[in-house]
Amino acid sequence: MSIDMSQFHQVFFEECFEGLEAMESGLLSLDIGDIDSEVINTIFRAAHSIKGGSGTFGFTVVAEYTHIMETLLDEMRDGRRQVTKPAVDVLLGSVDCLREMLTSIQNEEDVNMSSVAKHQAALEIELNGKASGGDHAPAATHAAAPAPVAVHEEPEPEEEEIEEEQGWKIAFCPYLSLLKTGNDPVRLFRELSALGTLTSNVNIQDVPPFAELDPEECNISWELKLVTDATEAAVREIFSWVEEDCALELAPLAKPKKAKKPKAAPAPVVEAAPVPVVEAAPAPAAAKKAAPTESDPSKNAPKASSSIRVDTDKIDTLINMVGEVVITQSMLGLIGENFTMDKVGQLKRGLAQLERHTRDLQQSVMNIRMLPISFVFSRFPRLVHDISTKLNKKITLKLVGENTEVDKAVVELINDPLVHLIRNSLDHGIEMPAERLAAGKPEMGTIELKAYHRGGHIVIEIVDDGRGMDKSKLLAKAIEKGLVDESTIMSDKQILELIFMPGFSTAEQLTDISGRGVGMDVVRRNIQSLGGNIDIISELGKGSTIAIHLPLTLAILDGQSVAVGDETYIVPLVSIIESINITEKMLNKVAGKGETFKLRNEYLPIIRMREIFNVKSGAATKSNEGVIVVVEGQGALCGFLVDELLGQQQVVIKSLEANYRRVEGVSGATILGDGSVALILDVPGLVRLSVR
Amino acid sequence: MSQENETPAVEAVLGQNTPEITNTIQYLSFVLGKEEYGVDILRVQEIRSWEPVSRVPNVPPYEKGVVNLRGAIVPIIDLRERFSLSKVEYTPLTVVVVLQTGSGSHTRIMGVVVDSVSDVISVDKAEIQGAPDFGTKVSNEFINGLVSVSERMVMLLDVDKLLTLESFEQNEN
Repeated sequence: MSIDMSQFHQVFFEECFEGLEAMESGLLSLDIGDIDSEVINTIFRAAHSIKGGSGTFGFTVVAEYTHIMETLLDEMRDGRRQVTKPAVDVLLGSVDCLREMLTSIQNEEDVNMSSVAKHQAALEIELNGKASGGDHAPAATHAAAPAPVAVHEEPEPEEEEIEEEQGWKIAFCPYLSLLKTGNDPVRLFRELSALGTLTSNVNIQDVPPFAELDPEECNISWELKLVTDATEAAVREIFSWVEEDCALELAPLAKPKKAKKPKAAPAPVVEAAPVPVVEAAPAPAAAKKAAPTESDPSKNAPKASSSIRVDTDKIDTLINMVGEVVITQSMLGLIGENFTMDKVGQLKRGLAQLERHTRDLQQSVMNIRMLPISFVFSRFPRLVHDISTKLNKKITLKLVGENTEVDKAVVELINDPLVHLIRNSLDHGIEMPAERLAAGKPEMGTIELKAYHRGGHIVIEIVDDGRGMDKSKLLAKAIEKGLVDESTIMSDKQILELIFMPGFSTAEQLTDISGRGVGMDVVRRNIQSLGGNIDIISELGKGSTIAIHLPLTLAILDGQSVAVGDETYIVPLVSIIESINITEKMLNKVAGKGETFKLRNEYLPIIRMREIFNVKSGAATKSNEGVIVVVEGQGALCGFLVDELLGQQQVVIKSLEANYRRVEGVSGATILGDGSVALILDVPGLVRLSVR
Repeated sequence: MSQENETPAVEAVLGQNTPEITNTIQYLSFVLGKEEYGVDILRVQEIRSWEPVSRVPNVPPYEKGVVNLRGAIVPIIDLRERFSLSKVEYTPLTVVVVLQTGSGSHTRIMGVVVDSVSDVISVDKAEIQGAPDFGTKVSNEFINGLVSVSERMVMLLDVDKLLTLESFEQNEN
């Protein structure tokens, strides 16, 4: 019967944030001068549902605020108001303000009212041409006021309460049988009044005429107002004994409510139901003790747990898969029950089936964690809009492949690097309109943000048609900063890689958007920590493309197991370019120490795994035996010399740090089929280690 | 972290009526060569026999490697080598005591290799003597105190200090 509203809060917040995103993207796509009424409608609908929802949940601040937005949007929708750029900007500001408010509420923090007031004033100026001190507030409150179902209001003269009160409005409607179960409302009220100041309002309209009255039936209901800082749970607990026997509605008293005058009304009650109620109303009303400050456990609780919305389709697939596994398992069980050698073929078939189902099952479970990359992309139109306005550049952002799915963890971690890269493109990549026209390019610059799957990877590309990177300038800068030696001959690719060096910046002047020379190295580190890598292609005058390759998931990795002595290591398949058998004439000593080998036209350094990992076990291989695994790390190719290639497999990544610690050259561990542990190589780390 | 902190809490819970519980701590004692050591039994998760480990490269020699303990990757540390005692061959009787360190969300599980597990001893807190200076061999930072049990001396180890190896610290910084 009773509904705990807080269980819906998470959903409400999610919906609100989705609504805000819809509003934002709608506002950004509005083309001043040629207004698409459907877009305005979408924005309006989003604002309206946020208003409705926040009203229902008692977040009156939000409801009031959204009401003003809604009024403004409504006028725009009806064509009574021109859609102007300042109006859109004010609305965008409001979206930010709402997001801030909702985040505060979600984290159970206080809403920053001064910032809200500022935005509200801006909105009202837009709406009325002048700030009107909260004319709309009552209307909003009214529209948003929670409507508890069970409240029976009596036509009574109303008295407005001014001070803001915290507490609960409780509609308590006992069923007829309440008294028969031995429950006494008086006791409940006494308990309630211990929590704070209780005022009650008795509803006797359901009481039958005296002749038909059954004194054992409870025909009255109460509307209680409890001024307290106790939690909803604390209040509900008091009612826990009678939960089954009543309809209970709880609504917070967040705002000055039009509350009724506390009415003791003992007289009519006495004749109605003499037994319990005589003292019911006056007793708690009189007990105006100071509310005991009960510590609020929910305050210290961690904020809303992260949740994920999953397509029902995905869950259906998962269930089908589980069904298949169960069938295969019972089939295998049957074979095992009285096993004879002639059933080996059957067993093998069963096992093969089990393997296939397990893989499918794994895939479907992974799928559940997959989110479309639009979760990240959707915020960039706003970023581009804001920054291009600030820089006086004309830039459009094209999003391609927003529905490409990627692991939730990747989605969460890829955002900051992307913001950085987009800012760079905006600031350094795209030229000023005049410069563009002079170069014979369209005035409007384009940044394209693409996402697509390739192999077991997701590729995110940021393509701009700006000025591109000047390789000679990059090189000159690097030499000036002492990052590279003047005599070094570098390939084009290596020169472009320079921008990932810490402290490297070619920006002539610092802006608040970018150019401090921190960043690109951090971006690369972040992406590598996700198990991905980043590439740059750039042509002077034509633009740049930055491509990020990321694994689809962080939990499972395609690996190549290699043997070094008696030990097994896993090399991530992503970083492997190729593997070749070593021959004597391929090896070259450099200065008697380092070794290189010639792969087609390039000389690549060799890292002997046996030496770098101090492997002593196993039969020592001759220096010219083994397999070279050519890997790419830190943008450079390099060969790992191992004893043998064992096989490719998907491995589950386990943290080595959970119980142990970080080990250089190792990014994690995994458990092999035989139960033993194998270490996963950290390719860029090993390349670094070998340089030392 | 160790028993100094835990015991007052226990006392507070149990009150004055049960002094025999509050003043006694149980230790699991084990043998390294001719020496006997004890660890707080509440820190012992399980006792296993030695099984081959996967070596981890470029770590101090007393960190033998890692094993798979029901899906968790758990490091194994040789206490003999840690205490600079003479090495012995691992036999089927060699024992790995799996210990828990840290508290709250920062617990870690580690295995320590010892020669054999001998006993569970109940020690009256009053009987624990402070650790004297051992000189160089066994650094007494790991030792909480000494206690004698039927004429034998048992060194009580501080699990947290024992397993918070310097290299771990450096790495965390």
